Amino acid sequence: MANHDIHLTVRKGTVHALVGENGAGKSTLMKILYGMQKPDEGTIAIDGEQVAFSSPADAIVRGIGMVHQHFMLADNLTVLENVVLGSEKLYGIGGKARRKIKELSERYGLGVRPDVLVEELGVAARQRVEILKVLYRGARTLILDEPTAVLVPQEVDALFDNLRELKSEGLSVIFISHKLGEVLSVADEITVIRRGTTVGTAVPAETTPRQLAEMMVGSELPTPETAESTVTDRPVITVDKLRQQMPGGKALLDDISFTIHAGEVLGIAGVEGNGQTELVDALIGLKAADSGTITLIDEEITAWPTRKRREQGIGYIPEDRHRHGLLLEAPLWENRILGHVTEKPNAKGFWLDPKAAQEDTRRIVEEYDVRTPGIDVTAASLSGGNQQKLIVGREMTHKPRFLIAAHPTRGVDVGAQAAIWDHIREARREGLAVLLISADLDELIGLSDTLRVIYNGKLVADADPATITPEELGSAMTGAATGHLAHDETPDTPADTPGTPEIRKSPESPEDEAR
Amino acid sequence: MKKFDRERVLLAVAGPVIALAVAFVLSAIVLVASGKNPVEPFSIMFEQATFSDIQVLIINQASMYYIAALAVAIGFRMNLFNIGVDGQYQLAAMMAAVVGAHANLPAVLQIPLLLLTAIFTGAFWSGIAGVLKVTRGVSEVVATIMLNAIASSVIAYLWLPSVFGVKVGNNSTTGEMHESGWVPGFSLGDAGEIYGLVVLAVLLGIGYWIVLNRTRFGFDLRASGASESAAAASGVDPKRMVLTAMLISGGLAGLAGLPILLGDAHTYNLNFPTGIGFLGIGIALLGRNSPVGIAFAALLWAWLDKASPELDFHDYDKEIAVIMQGLIVLSVVVSYEAVREWGLRRQQRRVGAELAAGNVLGATDDNKKEVAGR
Repeated sequence: MANHDIHLTVRKGTVHALVGENGAGKSTLMKILYGMQKPDEGTIAIDGEQVAFSSPADAIVRGIGMVHQHFMLADNLTVLENVVLGSEKLYGIGGKARRKIKELSERYGLGVRPDVLVEELGVAARQRVEILKVLYRGARTLILDEPTAVLVPQEVDALFDNLRELKSEGLSVIFISHKLGEVLSVADEITVIRRGTTVGTAVPAETTPRQLAEMMVGSELPTPETAESTVTDRPVITVDKLRQQMPGGKALLDDISFTIHAGEVLGIAGVEGNGQTELVDALIGLKAADSGTITLIDEEITAWPTRKRREQGIGYIPEDRHRHGLLLEAPLWENRILGHVTEKPNAKGFWLDPKAAQEDTRRIVEEYDVRTPGIDVTAASLSGGNQQKLIVGREMTHKPRFLIAAHPTRGVDVGAQAAIWDHIREARREGLAVLLISADLDELIGLSDTLRVIYNGKLVADADPATITPEELGSAMTGAATGHLAHDETPDTPADTPGTPEIRKSPESPEDEAR
Repeated sequence: MKKFDRERVLLAVAGPVIALAVAFVLSAIVLVASGKNPVEPFSIMFEQATFSDIQVLIINQASMYYIAALAVAIGFRMNLFNIGVDGQYQLAAMMAAVVGAHANLPAVLQIPLLLLTAIFTGAFWSGIAGVLKVTRGVSEVVATIMLNAIASSVIAYLWLPSVFGVKVGNNSTTGEMHESGWVPGFSLGDAGEIYGLVVLAVLLGIGYWIVLNRTRFGFDLRASGASESAAAASGVDPKRMVLTAMLISGGLAGLAGLPILLGDAHTYNLNFPTGIGFLGIGIALLGRNSPVGIAFAALLWAWLDKASPELDFHDYDKEIAVIMQGLIVLSVVVSYEAVREWGLRRQQRRVGAELAAGNVLGATDDNKKEVAGR
């Protein structure tokens, strides 16, 4: 039972936000509304008329459209082709469809050009194509699943303008998000889901983020604490002039150099697709760089295979946990072995040691608060946040010297996020060096000792997390600003550790209120 | 936790049972459509299985199916489709027969020599496909199918009297093997003799399970099959793994023809069984790549083979068994995928339900850990 006693009323011409922890049942609810799953009991009514959906096609006919978190666009087709794909009957595939797209784009201020290839579009533009796709099919109610997760602050503002445009035209929007500041700024009404049931609704004007967060987790939030700087002068990982290019000669990574010391978190800010994936792949050894060197403490590891790097203390929290971090259909304890099959307690020499691995999985599940009925269930049956906690627990267990953390809290709820930060911070105190890549600027600023901005495969700017604001960082991420972003400090000597993520993320923090 | 174990067993059994039931029903429909009694052929075939001489035939045949299916299965476990088991075992059996006819060592050396010859021949033949895939990106499906055709030609060439061939009447053979390479069977009197290498098949099954489930290598191999990207990120070298799996698959395949070669035929001639490699694909599918499942599937296949000739004496076409084998493969593919999806979804729902009910691992009797809270 993922959902029970859900009450949700969305009024016409409003933005209705749906918030809740991971695994609280938001996705299930959305699947039911969108016809991907059938409710066991209860009813859905649109304009007072009861409906039953047996597929997303039914939902679309009734004017309900969904914009998924992961875009469902074909890169090698044009925007026009993507929009008409599957709905050729509506307005054909030629001039009439193009006119319709232009008309919708203008009416809602989406700025979509029908004849551009999707692969040439940035993340924000792709999202607008997804929205247009849904409108094109005649949706009057739009469901947006975590639409801001992939956007920089400026793009989020633009998206919110689009949403306001939509609601002024009488459309309704259901907006799913973890980010309470955003929810409060854009929503007209908020419904909170916890443990699969609606626990209350709130009106933004009368609610503080803290109240909202407490409704979500059902308890008092942990109080923020400030941490001392733990940065030492012992370099753990040194990257020198790393370069990687596409067969055509376009550089994916260009002259990347940095050093991370023991106890230091280096944050890399950047819009996705600017070389972060390539950098991570080069560091973990999935794809070798064309030139440049990587040094772990005092050994050059550029030529080492992935397994050796992991054995020698490089931990890896992958960006895409489903593709790189888990075997979805394998039980949790086998997932605990993944990536560390040659290490204790998973193996004794040549042989696996399932008993010890299972025992240790139980420990990880408890210590890292992975919500699961047992260690024999498949990884696929856990919610995203719990999967992530398992991965973090697994990587931390092997006491890495250098941790690659790509979006370590993506799709993770407030409570688990704080726990993951705590684990990283604790390991940092013990001398762990961390490369942090994140789209969550608050997380980057809060957790990092040093910040770099990656743009077009180059590290174009650096900033001091103590003084930088998300807005300043956001503009550097679009390539608008380069060099040192703050004025008072030098980048190489990280100053006192800035506020912890809790402080930045804390619902009471002024920046959050402002946005 | 026990509940999930039981569930897994249930799911594992549900797929084959549904597939077999569907295949039986469809075969019966075929019989009815051709105006025959839909039940009698099956009762005749079931009766056959009670005769001890037929049982011996079934077990002997199954041992070869089993080894071939293991060879296919080890590829399947990492999403590698070795369609070339057929060419690999035939070529390997021929080479073993040639070596057995020309070398004459004491049995303790001769038999291992023949086994190794077969293993290396099979591995060499599949290795070609492996190297092509790793270095040139050639699909192993295409490469192994082509290699099957090439193997037939190579065999025809080796059969030439000017090479290794010995003509016996109209039959091409490789000449009789030296007796030191014959593997004695288990005689059951009038019922016949069970091949000695049936033991090898059983040992291979056990070895297959141990390697896959209890070794680091096996874990890497299964991880590669479950998710190539996750396996690579975990430190598996994908190319080396493809090549290794291909070599092991081919090596196993090489052994598939040996039970009959060393136990009965003692020469590689035109009557040597063909097509075992292709049947192995269906058997591995039905057996869900598990050593126990494959054993049942191999016995089932051998039963259909060895019990069906009797049908001709009762005015039925023995081809009904072949139709049935085809129907089983078809329904297996459909029912396994359906059961897998259903099982995954069901488990997700149940985990959700258990969590909602507060059954969290590590929670003590009281609600020490509030589920929704942090």
